[in-house]
Amino acid sequence: MEAFREALRLVFSFDKELWQIIGVTMRMSLTSTTISCLLGIPLGVLFGSTNFRGKTMLMRVLHTLMGLPPVVAGLFVFLLLSRSGPLGSLRLLFTVEAMIIAQCVLITPIVAGLSSSIVGATAPALLEKAKGLHLSRKTILKLLLAENKITLISVVLTGFGRAISEVGAVSLVGGNIMFKTRVMTTAIMLETNKGNFEFAIALGILLLLIAFIINYAVSFFRKDGTVLR
Amino acid sequence: MKKLLCVGLSLLLVLSLFAGCEQKPETPTGTTVNKPANPVLRCSTTTSVNDSKLMAMLEPLFEAETGYDLQITSNGTGAAIKLGETGDADVILVHAKASEEEFIANGFGIKRIPFMFNFFVIVGPKDDPAGVKGSASAADALKKISEKGSKLVSRGDDSGTHKKELALWKAAGIEPKAETDKWYISAGKGMGDCLNMANESGAYVLTDKGTYLSMKANLENLEIVLNESDDMKNTYSLIACNPEKNAGLNTEGANAFIEWMTKKETLDKIAEFGISQYGEALFFVE
Repeated sequence: MEAFREALRLVFSFDKELWQIIGVTMRMSLTSTTISCLLGIPLGVLFGSTNFRGKTMLMRVLHTLMGLPPVVAGLFVFLLLSRSGPLGSLRLLFTVEAMIIAQCVLITPIVAGLSSSIVGATAPALLEKAKGLHLSRKTILKLLLAENKITLISVVLTGFGRAISEVGAVSLVGGNIMFKTRVMTTAIMLETNKGNFEFAIALGILLLLIAFIINYAVSFFRKDGTVLR
Repeated sequence: MKKLLCVGLSLLLVLSLFAGCEQKPETPTGTTVNKPANPVLRCSTTTSVNDSKLMAMLEPLFEAETGYDLQITSNGTGAAIKLGETGDADVILVHAKASEEEFIANGFGIKRIPFMFNFFVIVGPKDDPAGVKGSASAADALKKISEKGSKLVSRGDDSGTHKKELALWKAAGIEPKAETDKWYISAGKGMGDCLNMANESGAYVLTDKGTYLSMKANLENLEIVLNESDDMKNTYSLIACNPEKNAGLNTEGANAFIEWMTKKETLDKIAEFGISQYGEALFFVE
Protein backbone atom coordinates (compact mmCIF):
# COMPACT_ATOMS: atom_id res chain seq x y z
CA MET A 1 0.00 0.00 0.00
CA GLU A 2 2.79 2.34 0.98
CA ALA A 3 4.36 1.61 -2.40
CA PHE A 4 1.17 2.54 -4.28
CA ARG A 5 1.00 5.83 -2.46
CA GLU A 6 4.66 6.43 -3.24
CA ALA A 7 4.01 5.64 -6.91
CA LEU A 8 1.15 8.13 -7.07
CA ARG A 9 3.20 10.73 -5.25
CA LEU A 10 6.02 10.14 -7.75
CA VAL A 11 3.81 10.62 -10.78
CA PHE A 12 2.26 13.79 -9.50
CA SER A 13 5.46 15.27 -8.17
CA PHE A 14 6.60 15.70 -11.82
CA ASP A 15 10.12 15.05 -10.67
CA LYS A 16 12.51 16.11 -13.40
CA GLU A 17 14.74 13.07 -13.05
CA LEU A 18 11.79 10.68 -13.18
CA TRP A 19 10.43 12.16 -16.39
CA GLN A 20 13.86 12.08 -17.90
CA ILE A 21 14.12 8.38 -17.02
CA ILE A 22 10.69 7.67 -18.52
CA GLY A 23 11.70 9.61 -21.63
CA VAL A 24 14.88 7.58 -22.15
CA THR A 25 12.96 4.35 -21.45
CA MET A 26 10.34 5.14 -24.09
CA ARG A 27 12.87 6.36 -26.64
CA MET A 28 14.96 3.24 -26.19
CA SER A 29 12.20 0.63 -26.16
CA LEU A 30 10.14 2.17 -28.96
CA THR A 31 13.17 2.58 -31.23
CA SER A 32 14.49 -0.90 -30.60
CA THR A 33 11.05 -2.47 -31.06
CA THR A 34 10.56 -0.59 -34.34
CA ILE A 35 13.95 -1.60 -35.73
CA SER A 36 13.53 -5.21 -34.55
CA CYS A 37 10.11 -5.44 -36.18
CA LEU A 38 11.28 -3.86 -39.42
CA LEU A 39 14.00 -6.51 -39.56
CA GLY A 40 12.24 -9.40 -37.87
CA ILE A 41 8.77 -9.46 -39.42
CA PRO A 42 9.93 -9.53 -43.06
CA LEU A 43 12.42 -12.24 -42.13
CA GLY A 44 9.71 -14.16 -40.30
CA VAL A 45 7.30 -13.86 -43.24
CA LEU A 46 10.02 -15.02 -45.61
CA PHE A 47 10.94 -18.03 -43.47
CA GLY A 48 7.31 -18.86 -42.80
CA SER A 49 6.09 -18.77 -46.38
CA THR A 50 8.97 -20.21 -48.36
CA ASN A 51 11.06 -23.34 -48.36
CA PHE A 52 14.72 -23.45 -49.14
CA ARG A 53 17.76 -25.56 -48.45
CA GLY A 54 19.06 -25.29 -44.90
CA LYS A 55 15.87 -23.75 -43.60
CA THR A 56 15.48 -26.30 -40.80
CA MET A 57 18.97 -25.55 -39.54
CA LEU A 58 18.40 -21.82 -39.80
CA MET A 59 15.16 -22.11 -37.84
CA ARG A 60 16.94 -24.08 -35.14
CA VAL A 61 19.52 -21.33 -34.81
CA LEU A 62 16.79 -18.71 -34.77
CA HIS A 63 14.86 -20.50 -32.07
CA THR A 64 18.00 -20.83 -29.99
CA LEU A 65 18.64 -17.10 -30.34
CA MET A 66 15.11 -16.44 -29.11
CA GLY A 67 16.33 -17.67 -25.75
CA LEU A 68 19.52 -15.61 -25.82
CA PRO A 69 20.23 -14.44 -22.26
CA PRO A 70 20.15 -10.62 -22.17
CA VAL A 71 23.48 -10.46 -20.37
CA VAL A 72 25.10 -12.40 -23.20
CA ALA A 73 23.61 -10.03 -25.80
CA GLY A 74 24.84 -7.14 -23.67
CA LEU A 75 28.30 -8.61 -23.29
CA PHE A 76 28.54 -9.19 -27.04
CA VAL A 77 27.62 -5.56 -27.79
CA PHE A 78 29.87 -4.35 -24.96
CA LEU A 79 32.90 -6.12 -26.44
CA LEU A 80 31.98 -4.85 -29.89
CA LEU A 81 31.76 -1.22 -28.77
CA SER A 82 34.49 -1.31 -26.12
CA ARG A 83 37.49 0.92 -26.65
CA SER A 84 39.56 -2.11 -27.49
CA GLY A 85 36.74 -3.64 -29.57
CA PRO A 86 36.30 -3.52 -33.36
CA LEU A 87 33.82 -0.61 -33.24
CA GLY A 88 35.48 1.18 -30.33
CA SER A 89 36.30 4.25 -32.42
CA LEU A 90 32.58 5.03 -32.74
CA ARG A 91 32.54 5.89 -29.03
CA LEU A 92 29.07 4.43 -28.65
CA LEU A 93 29.57 2.61 -25.36
CA PHE A 94 27.46 4.01 -22.49
CA THR A 95 25.01 5.76 -24.82
CA VAL A 96 21.33 5.19 -25.53
CA GLU A 97 22.32 4.07 -29.05
CA ALA A 98 24.37 1.23 -27.57
CA MET A 99 21.36 0.14 -25.52
CA ILE A 100 19.20 0.15 -28.65
CA ILE A 101 21.74 -1.98 -30.51
CA ALA A 102 21.86 -4.52 -27.68
CA GLN A 103 18.09 -4.70 -27.54
CA CYS A 104 17.84 -5.23 -31.30
CA VAL A 105 20.27 -8.16 -31.00
CA LEU A 106 17.96 -9.53 -28.34
CA ILE A 107 14.54 -8.83 -29.83
CA THR A 108 14.95 -9.34 -33.59
CA PRO A 109 15.27 -13.14 -33.27
CA ILE A 110 12.18 -13.21 -31.05
CA VAL A 111 10.12 -11.22 -33.54
CA ALA A 112 11.45 -13.21 -36.50
CA GLY A 113 10.93 -16.57 -34.82
CA LEU A 114 7.42 -15.85 -33.61
CA SER A 115 6.23 -14.33 -36.87
CA SER A 116 7.66 -17.20 -38.92
CA SER A 117 5.71 -19.68 -36.78
CA ILE A 118 2.55 -17.64 -37.21
CA VAL A 119 2.91 -17.16 -40.94
CA GLY A 120 4.07 -20.74 -41.36
CA ALA A 121 0.80 -22.01 -39.90
CA THR A 122 -1.41 -20.25 -42.44
CA ALA A 123 0.86 -19.91 -45.47
CA PRO A 124 0.50 -23.39 -47.10
CA ALA A 125 -3.29 -23.23 -47.40
CA LEU A 126 -3.20 -19.66 -48.62
CA LEU A 127 -0.46 -20.34 -51.14
CA GLU A 128 -2.45 -23.27 -52.50
CA LYS A 129 -5.48 -21.07 -52.99
CA ALA A 130 -3.41 -18.28 -54.52
CA LYS A 131 -1.92 -20.71 -57.02
CA GLY A 132 -5.38 -21.63 -58.22
CA LEU A 133 -6.44 -18.03 -58.52
CA HIS A 134 -3.19 -16.92 -60.18
CA LEU A 135 -2.69 -14.11 -57.69
CA SER A 136 0.35 -11.87 -57.91
CA ARG A 137 3.14 -12.11 -55.30
CA LYS A 138 2.21 -8.71 -53.95
CA THR A 139 -1.41 -9.74 -53.39
CA ILE A 140 -0.31 -12.96 -51.69
CA LEU A 141 1.90 -11.00 -49.34
CA LYS A 142 -0.94 -8.59 -48.57
CA LEU A 143 -3.29 -11.49 -47.87
CA LEU A 144 -0.72 -13.19 -45.64
CA LEU A 145 -0.25 -10.05 -43.56
CA ALA A 146 -3.97 -9.29 -43.42
CA GLU A 147 -4.81 -12.81 -42.29
CA ASN A 148 -2.22 -12.78 -39.51
CA LYS A 149 -2.65 -9.16 -38.56
CA ILE A 150 -3.86 -9.69 -35.02
CA THR A 151 -1.26 -12.27 -34.06
CA LEU A 152 1.50 -10.18 -35.64
CA ILE A 153 0.47 -7.24 -33.49
CA SER A 154 0.88 -9.52 -30.50
CA VAL A 155 4.38 -10.25 -31.72
CA VAL A 156 5.15 -6.53 -31.82
CA LEU A 157 3.82 -6.19 -28.29
CA THR A 158 5.88 -9.15 -27.13
CA GLY A 159 8.96 -7.43 -28.56
CA PHE A 160 8.05 -4.20 -26.85
CA GLY A 161 7.42 -5.98 -23.57
CA ARG A 162 10.86 -7.51 -23.76
CA ALA A 163 12.43 -4.14 -24.59
CA ILE A 164 10.86 -2.15 -21.78
CA SER A 165 11.39 -4.79 -19.11
CA GLU A 166 14.94 -5.80 -19.94
CA VAL A 167 17.71 -4.89 -17.50
CA GLY A 168 20.82 -7.04 -17.93
CA ALA A 169 21.90 -5.91 -21.36
CA VAL A 170 21.02 -2.22 -21.03
CA SER A 171 22.76 -1.95 -17.68
CA LEU A 172 25.92 -3.42 -19.16
CA VAL A 173 26.15 -1.33 -22.33
CA GLY A 174 24.32 1.76 -21.09
CA GLY A 175 26.04 2.02 -17.74
CA ASN A 176 22.95 3.31 -15.90
CA ILE A 177 24.26 6.89 -16.07
CA MET A 178 22.05 9.45 -14.35
CA PHE A 179 20.41 11.91 -16.77
CA LYS A 180 21.82 10.00 -19.70
CA THR A 181 21.29 6.26 -19.95
CA ARG A 182 19.27 5.48 -16.83
CA VAL A 183 16.00 3.71 -17.66
CA MET A 184 13.15 2.43 -15.49
CA THR A 185 14.59 -1.05 -14.98
CA THR A 186 18.13 0.07 -14.12
CA ALA A 187 16.69 2.76 -11.85
CA ILE A 188 14.69 0.07 -10.06
CA MET A 189 17.83 -2.01 -9.68
CA LEU A 190 19.74 0.96 -8.31
CA GLU A 191 17.06 1.93 -5.79
CA THR A 192 16.89 -1.69 -4.66
CA ASN A 193 20.66 -1.68 -4.20
CA LYS A 194 20.37 1.52 -2.22
CA GLY A 195 17.80 -0.10 0.03
CA ASN A 196 14.97 2.23 -1.09
CA PHE A 197 12.57 -0.67 -1.51
CA GLU A 198 9.38 1.46 -1.51
CA PHE A 199 10.72 3.80 -4.12
CA ALA A 200 11.88 0.83 -6.21
CA ILE A 201 8.50 -0.87 -6.13
CA ALA A 202 6.82 2.46 -6.93
CA LEU A 203 8.98 2.68 -10.04
CA GLY A 204 7.96 -0.89 -10.84
CA ILE A 205 4.29 -0.02 -10.59
CA LEU A 206 4.87 2.97 -12.86
CA LEU A 207 6.61 0.73 -15.40
CA LEU A 208 3.67 -1.66 -15.41
CA LEU A 209 1.26 1.26 -15.85
CA ILE A 210 3.14 2.50 -18.90
CA ALA A 211 3.15 -0.99 -20.39
CA PHE A 212 -0.57 -1.27 -19.70
CA ILE A 213 -1.35 2.05 -21.38
CA ILE A 214 0.54 0.98 -24.48
CA ASN A 215 -1.20 -2.38 -24.62
CA TYR A 216 -4.52 -0.64 -24.18
CA ALA A 217 -3.78 1.77 -27.02
CA VAL A 218 -2.82 -1.10 -29.31
CA SER A 219 -6.01 -3.01 -28.50
CA PHE A 220 -7.97 -0.13 -30.06
CA PHE A 221 -6.10 -0.65 -33.31
CA ARG A 222 -6.93 -4.32 -33.20
CA LYS A 223 -10.65 -3.74 -32.98
CA ASP A 224 -11.09 -1.45 -35.93
CA GLY A 225 -8.25 -3.12 -37.79
CA THR A 226 -6.59 -0.07 -39.26
CA VAL A 227 -3.12 -1.29 -38.59
CA LEU A 228 -0.93 -3.05 -41.14
CA ARG A 229 -3.07 -2.28 -44.14
CA MET B 1 14.98 -43.14 -32.08
CA LYS B 2 13.03 -40.12 -30.93
CA LYS B 3 11.56 -42.07 -28.06
CA LEU B 4 15.00 -43.14 -26.95
CA LEU B 5 16.18 -39.55 -27.01
CA CYS B 6 13.17 -38.52 -24.95
CA VAL B 7 13.82 -41.15 -22.31
CA GLY B 8 17.51 -40.25 -22.21
CA LEU B 9 16.79 -36.56 -21.78
CA SER B 10 14.23 -37.06 -19.03
CA LEU B 11 16.63 -39.38 -17.22
CA LEU B 12 19.25 -36.64 -17.41
CA LEU B 13 16.79 -34.14 -16.01
CA VAL B 14 15.88 -36.35 -13.09
CA LEU B 15 19.52 -37.12 -12.36
CA SER B 16 20.38 -33.44 -12.38
CA LEU B 17 18.01 -33.00 -9.45
CA PHE B 18 20.40 -34.99 -7.32
CA ALA B 19 23.50 -33.24 -8.53
CA GLY B 20 23.52 -30.74 -5.68
CA CYS B 21 22.81 -33.23 -2.95
CA GLU B 22 26.18 -34.76 -2.37
CA GLN B 23 27.70 -34.77 1.12
CA LYS B 24 29.67 -31.73 2.18
CA PRO B 25 33.39 -32.44 2.07
CA GLU B 26 35.06 -32.86 5.41
CA THR B 27 37.11 -30.08 6.90
CA PRO B 28 40.65 -29.91 5.56
CA THR B 29 42.16 -30.96 8.88
CA GLY B 30 39.93 -34.02 9.00
CA THR B 31 38.56 -33.15 12.43
CA THR B 32 34.80 -33.12 12.74
CA VAL B 33 33.31 -29.85 13.90
CA ASN B 34 30.27 -29.71 16.13
CA LYS B 35 27.61 -28.28 13.91
CA PRO B 36 25.86 -25.32 15.56
CA ALA B 37 22.13 -25.63 16.22
CA ASN B 38 21.36 -22.88 13.73
CA PRO B 39 24.09 -23.14 11.10
CA VAL B 40 22.87 -20.65 8.49
CA LEU B 41 24.48 -17.25 9.01
CA ARG B 42 23.57 -14.38 6.72
CA CYS B 43 26.17 -11.66 6.27
CA SER B 44 25.35 -8.51 4.35
CA THR B 45 28.40 -6.71 3.05
CA THR B 46 29.42 -4.12 0.50
CA THR B 47 30.53 -4.61 -3.06
CA SER B 48 34.00 -3.28 -2.30
CA VAL B 49 34.64 -6.03 0.27
CA ASN B 50 33.22 -8.71 -1.97
CA ASP B 51 34.86 -7.54 -5.23
CA SER B 52 38.28 -7.63 -3.59
CA LYS B 53 37.75 -11.38 -2.96
CA LEU B 54 38.73 -11.09 0.71
CA MET B 55 35.58 -12.87 1.80
CA ALA B 56 36.11 -15.60 -0.78
CA MET B 57 39.39 -16.33 1.03
CA LEU B 58 37.96 -16.13 4.58
CA GLU B 59 34.61 -17.86 4.09
CA PRO B 60 35.83 -21.47 3.69
CA LEU B 61 38.23 -21.06 6.65
CA PHE B 62 35.45 -19.75 8.90
CA GLU B 63 33.06 -22.47 7.81
CA ALA B 64 35.60 -25.23 8.32
CA GLU B 65 36.54 -24.02 11.80
CA THR B 66 33.08 -23.31 13.16
CA GLY B 67 30.66 -25.41 11.10
CA TYR B 68 28.53 -22.42 10.13
CA ASP B 69 27.17 -21.98 6.64
CA LEU B 70 28.04 -18.36 5.83
CA GLN B 71 25.83 -16.79 3.17
CA ILE B 72 27.20 -13.50 1.89
CA THR B 73 25.18 -10.96 -0.04
CA SER B 74 26.91 -7.87 -1.38
CA ASN B 75 25.29 -4.53 -2.18
CA GLY B 76 26.15 -0.88 -1.80
CA THR B 77 26.51 0.12 1.86
CA GLY B 78 23.02 1.71 1.79
CA ALA B 79 21.34 -1.55 0.87
CA ALA B 80 23.75 -3.64 2.93
CA ILE B 81 22.61 -1.76 6.02
CA LYS B 82 18.98 -1.85 4.94
CA LEU B 83 19.11 -5.66 4.88
CA GLY B 84 20.13 -5.48 8.51
CA GLU B 85 17.10 -3.29 9.25
CA THR B 86 14.62 -5.56 7.48
CA GLY B 87 15.87 -8.66 9.30
CA ASP B 88 17.41 -10.19 6.17
CA ALA B 89 20.92 -10.29 7.63
CA ASP B 90 22.35 -11.48 10.93
CA VAL B 91 25.53 -9.48 10.72
CA ILE B 92 26.70 -6.62 8.51
CA LEU B 93 30.20 -5.70 7.36
CA VAL B 94 30.22 -2.14 6.05
CA HIS B 95 32.25 1.06 5.80
CA ALA B 96 30.25 4.23 6.37
CA LYS B 97 30.67 5.48 9.91
CA ALA B 98 27.79 7.98 9.99
CA SER B 99 25.28 5.47 8.59
CA GLU B 100 26.55 2.76 10.94
CA GLU B 101 26.07 5.01 13.97
CA GLU B 102 22.57 5.83 12.81
CA PHE B 103 21.87 2.10 12.38
CA ILE B 104 22.87 1.52 15.99
CA ALA B 105 21.11 4.64 17.29
CA ASN B 106 17.88 3.34 15.73
CA GLY B 107 18.33 0.11 17.66
CA PHE B 108 18.99 -2.18 14.70
CA GLY B 109 22.60 -2.96 15.56
CA ILE B 110 24.19 -3.93 18.85
CA LYS B 111 27.72 -2.60 18.64
CA ARG B 112 30.02 -1.20 15.97
CA ILE B 113 33.29 -3.07 15.89
CA PRO B 114 35.89 -1.48 13.57
CA PHE B 115 38.42 -4.15 12.70
CA MET B 116 40.22 -3.29 9.49
CA PHE B 117 40.87 -0.37 7.21
CA ASN B 118 42.38 0.53 3.92
CA PHE B 119 42.65 3.66 1.85
CA PHE B 120 40.61 5.22 -0.86
CA VAL B 121 42.62 6.24 -3.89
CA ILE B 122 41.78 8.18 -7.01
CA VAL B 123 42.54 6.32 -10.22
CA GLY B 124 42.41 7.89 -13.62
CA PRO B 125 43.71 7.88 -17.20
CA LYS B 126 47.46 7.35 -17.46
CA ASP B 127 48.05 10.73 -19.15
CA ASP B 128 46.29 12.45 -16.19
CA PRO B 129 44.48 15.18 -18.19
CA ALA B 130 43.50 17.15 -15.08
CA GLY B 131 46.99 17.05 -13.58
CA VAL B 132 45.86 15.35 -10.39
CA LYS B 133 49.21 13.73 -9.62
CA GLY B 134 50.98 15.44 -6.75
CA SER B 135 47.83 16.96 -5.23
CA ALA B 136 48.10 17.61 -1.50
CA SER B 137 44.72 16.09 -0.67
CA ALA B 138 41.82 14.27 -2.28
CA ALA B 139 39.62 17.37 -2.03
CA ASP B 140 42.31 19.30 -3.86
CA ALA B 141 42.43 16.60 -6.56
CA LEU B 142 38.66 16.69 -7.08
CA LYS B 143 38.83 20.48 -7.39
CA LYS B 144 41.35 20.13 -10.23
CA ILE B 145 39.17 17.54 -11.98
CA SER B 146 36.08 19.73 -11.82
CA GLU B 147 37.94 22.83 -12.96
CA LYS B 148 39.32 20.96 -15.97
CA GLY B 149 35.95 19.33 -16.60
CA SER B 150 37.64 15.93 -16.91
CA LYS B 151 35.31 12.95 -16.78
CA LEU B 152 34.72 11.40 -13.37
CA VAL B 153 32.66 8.31 -12.66
CA SER B 154 30.68 8.55 -9.43
CA ARG B 155 29.16 5.49 -7.75
CA GLY B 156 25.93 7.44 -7.23
CA ASP B 157 24.44 4.56 -5.24
CA ASP B 158 24.55 5.71 -1.60
CA SER B 159 27.40 3.30 -0.97
CA GLY B 160 30.17 3.98 1.54
CA THR B 161 32.46 4.98 -1.31
CA HIS B 162 29.80 7.31 -2.72
CA LYS B 163 29.30 8.89 0.68
CA LYS B 164 33.05 9.38 0.97
CA GLU B 165 33.10 11.05 -2.44
CA LEU B 166 30.28 13.41 -1.44
CA ALA B 167 32.13 14.32 1.75
CA LEU B 168 35.24 15.09 -0.29
CA TRP B 169 33.26 17.34 -2.65
CA LYS B 170 31.90 19.13 0.36
CA ALA B 171 35.41 19.61 1.68
CA ALA B 172 36.41 20.99 -1.71
CA GLY B 173 33.47 23.41 -1.64
CA ILE B 174 32.04 22.12 -4.91
CA GLU B 175 28.69 20.51 -5.61
CA PRO B 176 28.70 18.70 -8.95
CA LYS B 177 25.33 18.28 -10.64
CA ALA B 178 24.81 15.19 -12.77
CA GLU B 179 22.17 16.95 -14.83
CA THR B 180 24.23 19.89 -16.07
CA ASP B 181 27.84 18.86 -15.50
CA LYS B 182 28.47 16.56 -18.46
CA TRP B 183 31.81 15.43 -17.04
CA TYR B 184 30.18 14.07 -13.89
CA ILE B 185 29.03 10.52 -14.66
CA SER B 186 26.72 9.29 -11.92
CA ALA B 187 26.67 5.57 -12.67
CA GLY B 188 24.61 4.05 -9.88
CA LYS B 189 26.64 0.85 -9.97
CA GLY B 190 29.00 -1.23 -7.90
CA MET B 191 32.72 -0.57 -7.51
CA GLY B 192 33.86 -3.10 -10.09
CA ASP B 193 31.40 -1.81 -12.70
CA CYS B 194 32.46 1.79 -12.09
CA LEU B 195 36.15 0.91 -12.50
CA ASN B 196 35.35 -0.81 -15.80
CA MET B 197 33.39 2.24 -16.91
CA ALA B 198 36.24 4.59 -16.03
CA ASN B 199 38.63 2.32 -17.89
CA GLU B 200 36.40 2.36 -20.96
CA SER B 201 35.58 6.06 -21.00
CA GLY B 202 38.90 7.51 -19.84
CA ALA B 203 37.54 8.88 -16.59
CA TYR B 204 38.72 9.38 -13.03
CA VAL B 205 37.08 7.43 -10.22
CA LEU B 206 37.34 7.29 -6.45
CA THR B 207 37.83 3.70 -5.33
CA ASP B 208 38.97 1.73 -2.35
CA LYS B 209 42.47 0.54 -3.03
CA GLY B 210 41.62 -3.11 -2.46
CA THR B 211 39.09 -3.38 -5.25
CA TYR B 212 41.34 -1.48 -7.63
CA LEU B 213 44.37 -3.68 -6.99
CA SER B 214 42.32 -6.85 -7.32
CA MET B 215 41.04 -5.71 -10.74
CA LYS B 216 44.14 -3.88 -11.92
CA ALA B 217 45.09 -6.52 -14.48
CA ASN B 218 41.96 -5.74 -16.52
CA LEU B 219 42.15 -1.96 -16.19
CA GLU B 220 44.90 -1.26 -18.68
CA ASN B 221 43.97 2.41 -19.23
CA LEU B 222 44.01 3.39 -15.57
CA GLU B 223 46.57 4.00 -12.85
CA ILE B 224 46.57 5.47 -9.34
CA VAL B 225 46.85 9.25 -9.62
CA LEU B 226 46.37 10.01 -5.93
CA ASN B 227 47.62 7.55 -3.32
CA GLU B 228 46.80 7.35 0.39
CA SER B 229 46.39 10.97 1.40
CA ASP B 230 45.29 11.79 4.96
CA ASP B 231 41.62 12.40 4.11
CA MET B 232 41.25 8.98 2.48
CA LYS B 233 41.18 6.44 5.32
CA ASN B 234 38.42 3.85 4.93
CA THR B 235 37.39 1.92 8.04
CA TYR B 236 35.39 -1.32 7.92
CA SER B 237 33.23 -2.44 10.83
CA LEU B 238 31.24 -5.48 11.85
CA ILE B 239 27.84 -5.02 13.47
CA ALA B 240 25.66 -7.82 14.83
CA CYS B 241 21.99 -7.13 14.18
CA ASN B 242 19.72 -6.64 17.16
CA PRO B 243 17.41 -9.66 17.72
CA GLU B 244 14.96 -7.43 19.59
CA LYS B 245 14.11 -5.63 16.36
CA ASN B 246 13.62 -8.67 14.14
CA ALA B 247 12.60 -12.20 15.03
CA GLY B 248 14.58 -15.20 13.88
CA LEU B 249 18.02 -13.66 13.74
CA ASN B 250 21.02 -15.89 14.23
CA THR B 251 22.66 -13.79 16.94
CA GLU B 252 24.75 -16.65 18.22
CA GLY B 253 26.18 -17.09 14.73
CA ALA B 254 26.72 -13.36 14.33
CA ASN B 255 28.72 -13.24 17.56
CA ALA B 256 30.71 -16.31 16.57
CA PHE B 257 31.53 -14.65 13.23
CA ILE B 258 32.59 -11.38 14.87
CA GLU B 259 34.71 -13.26 17.38
CA TRP B 260 36.33 -15.28 14.61
CA MET B 261 36.94 -12.24 12.40
CA THR B 262 38.57 -10.22 15.18
CA LYS B 263 40.85 -12.93 16.60
CA LYS B 264 44.53 -12.58 15.99
CA GLU B 265 44.93 -15.45 13.51
CA THR B 266 42.23 -14.06 11.24
CA LEU B 267 43.52 -10.49 11.47
CA ASP B 268 46.95 -11.76 10.49
CA LYS B 269 45.44 -13.46 7.45
CA ILE B 270 43.60 -10.24 6.50
CA ALA B 271 46.81 -8.24 6.84
CA GLU B 272 48.61 -10.71 4.58
CA PHE B 273 45.82 -10.90 2.03
CA GLY B 274 46.94 -9.78 -1.40
CA ILE B 275 50.66 -9.42 -0.66
CA SER B 276 51.66 -12.48 -2.65
CA GLN B 277 49.35 -11.59 -5.53
CA TYR B 278 49.57 -7.78 -5.78
CA GLY B 279 52.82 -7.05 -3.98
CA GLU B 280 51.05 -5.12 -1.24
CA ALA B 281 48.33 -5.65 1.35
CA LEU B 282 44.78 -4.68 0.45
CA PHE B 283 43.63 -4.24 4.04
CA PHE B 284 45.29 -3.21 7.29
CA VAL B 285 44.18 -4.24 10.76
CA GLU B 286 43.77 -2.00 13.79
